[in-house]
Amino acid sequence: MSELLPVADVISSFGDAFDFIVSPQPSPFAAGGGEVGGPAEVLDKLVEHLKISGASFALAVVVALPVAVWLGHRGRGEGFAIAIGNAGRAIPELALIAFTVAFIGLGFANVVFALAVLGIPPILTNTFVGIRQVNRDAVEAARGMGMTGWEVVRRVELPLAVPTIFTGLRTAAINIIATATIATLAGQTTLGDFIINRNVFGDEGVLAGAMLVAALAIAVELTLAGIQRALTPRGLRLERATSAAA
Amino acid sequence: MTRSARLRALFALIAALVLAFTVAACGDDDDSTTSEETSGTAIESNPDNEGVELTIGSKNFDEQFILGEIYAQALEAAGYTVKTDLNLGSEQVALKALQEGEVSGYPEYTSTALTSFFGFAPEDVPGDAQQAYEDSADEFEKEGLVAFAPTPFSSANAVGLLTSTQEDLDVETISDLEGVSEDLTLAGSPECRERIDCLKGLEDNYGLSFAKFTPVDIELRYQVLDKGDADLSILFTTDGQLAESDDYTLLEDDQGLLPAGNVLFIASQDAVDEAGPDFQETIENVQASLTLEVMQELNARVSLDREKPEDVAADYLQEAGYVE
Amino acid sequence: MIAGALVHLLPVAQIGQDFFRDRSDSDCISQNGTFCFQWAVDNFTDRYLPPALEHVALVAISVIAGFAIALGLAVLSHRRRWLIPPLNVGTGILYTIPSIAFFFLLLPITGRGNVTAVIALTAYTLQILYRNIVAGLANVPAETKDAGRGMGMSQRQLLWRVELPLALPEIIAGLRIATVSTVALATLAVFAGGDGLGQELVGGSNLTFKTGVILAGGMAILIAVFFDLLLVLAQRLLAPWRRVRPV
Repeated sequence: MSELLPVADVISSFGDAFDFIVSPQPSPFAAGGGEVGGPAEVLDKLVEHLKISGASFALAVVVALPVAVWLGHRGRGEGFAIAIGNAGRAIPELALIAFTVAFIGLGFANVVFALAVLGIPPILTNTFVGIRQVNRDAVEAARGMGMTGWEVVRRVELPLAVPTIFTGLRTAAINIIATATIATLAGQTTLGDFIINRNVFGDEGVLAGAMLVAALAIAVELTLAGIQRALTPRGLRLERATSAAA
Repeated sequence: MTRSARLRALFALIAALVLAFTVAACGDDDDSTTSEETSGTAIESNPDNEGVELTIGSKNFDEQFILGEIYAQALEAAGYTVKTDLNLGSEQVALKALQEGEVSGYPEYTSTALTSFFGFAPEDVPGDAQQAYEDSADEFEKEGLVAFAPTPFSSANAVGLLTSTQEDLDVETISDLEGVSEDLTLAGSPECRERIDCLKGLEDNYGLSFAKFTPVDIELRYQVLDKGDADLSILFTTDGQLAESDDYTLLEDDQGLLPAGNVLFIASQDAVDEAGPDFQETIENVQASLTLEVMQELNARVSLDREKPEDVAADYLQEAGYVE
Repeated sequence: MIAGALVHLLPVAQIGQDFFRDRSDSDCISQNGTFCFQWAVDNFTDRYLPPALEHVALVAISVIAGFAIALGLAVLSHRRRWLIPPLNVGTGILYTIPSIAFFFLLLPITGRGNVTAVIALTAYTLQILYRNIVAGLANVPAETKDAGRGMGMSQRQLLWRVELPLALPEIIAGLRIATVSTVALATLAVFAGGDGLGQELVGGSNLTFKTGVILAGGMAILIAVFFDLLLVLAQRLLAPWRRVRPV
């Protein structure tokens, strides 16, 4: 049952999955030939996926970013910031969804809250580390020039910390998109519906769902990379802090 | 310490941890107490069955897990080599698994078989268990599958809601939902969307439209009512929760959309030929005590008492005297 | 037909009335309480320890296999530099793909079952570790390599006696990340027909079982922490000259 399938089968599986996305198929499993798949249904679930991911991401940013910037600027709470990052990584996404279902309940708001919990640690840790790692000389110089604390943050620390902050943002975004996939278990019809409900959509649906989620993640990653490039101050050579990468 | 000494220390530590884990895992083995003697036909192990390997499947909810375990353990007692592949999925997935030989057999409801597999309209499903069995068996035979005799109990889908909601809405039958359902959320399994004895039938036959249909895992059918995530939910008449609590009410199926079905064990002809007569005899023997009350009790043990289906099945087999 | 008639003739075993439990007084479990401690204690060894051990096995096998392959690829591309850009791009794309999607993308190739889960998990850890090992090797200071060459070391000796040991902290940092992620990913093995803690998290009615979710989820977190600490310990023992950086 788990022998490696021949290459021809694999290619045809991906072909079937592609068909599934492009045109409605009679469900392999439904009697009376109800149709599944096709661009309309894919779009529906894609929109739902984006709604949930977007809302959670926004919530995570709103919660984590200011706190981390403040802590980093003041140089306080390093242990806390690092620990949150570590702890966040250890949370299994499936357990988080299961916890949400069992304790909090289904529903859009509940799931958004749970996903935001996943997004907060990488944003918090990376932003903190990014701000902390800004060259102290630059900060001193800025203060010497008479900038207020807030101006130092806005004009020196944040721009210089952009790469690291964005690493955190990208990690959070990908994590959230990934977990929004299994949010199907909590009654949200995201792209994960195709993957989890093999009953209805068949094996081609599973594969199609996975392909769509992967494509979505790559698209979001590229978008955020583009935004990062736009926000990175020109003329500054910045070392990528690989150690802060998740 | 030298590097190699440190490495040895590390390996020693790992070994110690693994040992500790293993000791803990091999810990308490409970000895089950023997139950009182009852007049059940005890299953005898037949040495002829030893070479035969059977894989017992089931669909994806508690009652099916229990049934699958009961059959699997009974067949093992009869001397077969048994594997289980429970939680296959909905009825269509299970049927496919059976047809492709992944499982030797699985328990199916006559009502589901007739409506989902063989295209019967719900009103054409016989109310008489024996007739339904014969119709199903004939249809299955055309597919090269064998249907064993039915269980005493039957189960049906039902539209259920919290008793408090029912009182607020003042509805007694499903038809009463007309005009009201547009404001209500219905929760059901993902495949409910396609089934005639589920959402599809409620929309087509009853002419109801709902504000929202939330597809959820079957096992969340009571959770959604409790947490207020849905107003209505598709429940099963054999559920333990219904027997144990007054919090839930079922709406009367006045148009006969949701027929009840007994369980038939469906097996492939190949499996039946290879396994010999004990296969069918054991299954039919061991399910003979599954009345509605007993099935509800077993369901309650899994859903409410949170026991594992295999333990519940073992207790049933012992209590009824099929297994010592 | 005859079988149907026979059913009615079989003696129906007596299920005694005491078989039916009295559930009128509610306890922690029937109320689905937040955490039923007594039940947890009674049922832990029986019900949560075996899946936890399966989980540990899944993760250990996958990480070790992934590490071995990644190390091999890294050593290979250390020698044949032209391999690095394509492998980097390849693993870069795979790195972006959410682990969950990655898992299911592999299913058609490997089918369903435990072996599948291991293959998918190995592939996932492989791409994380490859990038880390290569990055670690790249960060070895040039002066140190020169010193080694000056001492007369061959390429091979340089790699195994100087570069890899110096890259060890970064490699272990990568191992920690990969292992913790794999523990989380292994909970999904249940969707591919595999073992592990996933079954007790979302299998059947376990999805609504509060105490069960805490136990299964808690065990997964504990296993992640366990592996993390183990690796920290390994680094302390194997590369004591570097402080263990918070990862």
